[in-house]
Amino acid sequence: MISTVVLTTGLTLLLIGLWGILRHRNILRIVIAFSLIGTGTHIVIVAIGYVENGTAAIIDRGLSAAEAPMRAVDPIPSALTVTAIVIGLAVTAIMLAFAIRLYEAKKTLSIDAFTESKW
Amino acid sequence: MIRRAGIALAITLFGLMFAGLVLHHVERRTLPPLGKRYVELVPQELGAANVVTGILLTYRGFDTLGEVAVLFMVAAGVGLVLDKRGRRNEGQRRGTRSPPRQASEIVRTGAQILLPLLAIFAAYIIMHGHLSAGGGFQGGAVLASGLVLSLFADPQQRLDQRFLSRTESAAGVLFVLVGVAGLLFAGGFLDSRVLPLGQFGAFFSAGSIPVLSVLLGIKVGCELSVIIDRFRT
Repeated sequence: MISTVVLTTGLTLLLIGLWGILRHRNILRIVIAFSLIGTGTHIVIVAIGYVENGTAAIIDRGLSAAEAPMRAVDPIPSALTVTAIVIGLAVTAIMLAFAIRLYEAKKTLSIDAFTESKW
Repeated sequence: MIRRAGIALAITLFGLMFAGLVLHHVERRTLPPLGKRYVELVPQELGAANVVTGILLTYRGFDTLGEVAVLFMVAAGVGLVLDKRGRRNEGQRRGTRSPPRQASEIVRTGAQILLPLLAIFAAYIIMHGHLSAGGGFQGGAVLASGLVLSLFADPQQRLDQRFLSRTESAAGVLFVLVGVAGLLFAGGFLDSRVLPLGQFGAFFSAGSIPVLSVLLGIKVGCELSVIIDRFRT
């Protein structure tokens, strides 16, 4: 149940991001849309790893090592998400750097001004 | 008009695909075999309470090393793209720009109060990566957010790029050396059992995982700081 809600949220974010990329002409908005797609994907990955009535895979007073295999959520999607967040940040940083250079070249952030590589 | 219809069509098709995914999604009742194995092995073999950190720093430590390398390449790439010498109209832009505004007193005082707290919080997150939610990446990000705050409070300040890159390289070299130590004295590259596992749940426990966590936190913090600094004009 919970994972279905989370999955729907993630996929909705993905859709919004996709719509933003197709619809908007401002490069900054496109970068934001890319980030939305990334965030949506992270949420989807975490939702897939959820186990019914599971808790975070951290052994402490609330979760003994013996009962952890029964009650913990899948730790692999969580680990993957940490990786994915860092890569998402890296991609965003590079996109923003290119946006700055594109703005310097044409003094506009509209994607319509950059038609050289259009076929 | 045609474009709008195309966009609507694409979004609808993707929406249908996603709806199918959601409708056929069945919540797991048990862990898949690999996840179960990790949940059992990390506390047993590595003595780390946080299974995710155990996976990130030991079983998939090589991935983490590659990830840090990606961050490093981004810092270098952003520097290359935003290279100040390569810009044509640098002087012209600087001429037309008004001098930067001073930060308001609220921001400056707030930064003075918050910066030490942020540093302590970052150190806490980094050091408790093997015990509770946290770790090198998260703590490093908090460290870099503290830097953003201090840049807001004093936009004129210059960062010591050389110090940052040296610290970062030193942390990276030590990270690899700890990995090689695992290769020589334990099961393989980045095996955390080169140091004694200690008592489960204690501050100094889980072998070299806290050491790797600290190195990772320093490295990520420095790299993010360099990336942020590159974006300033």
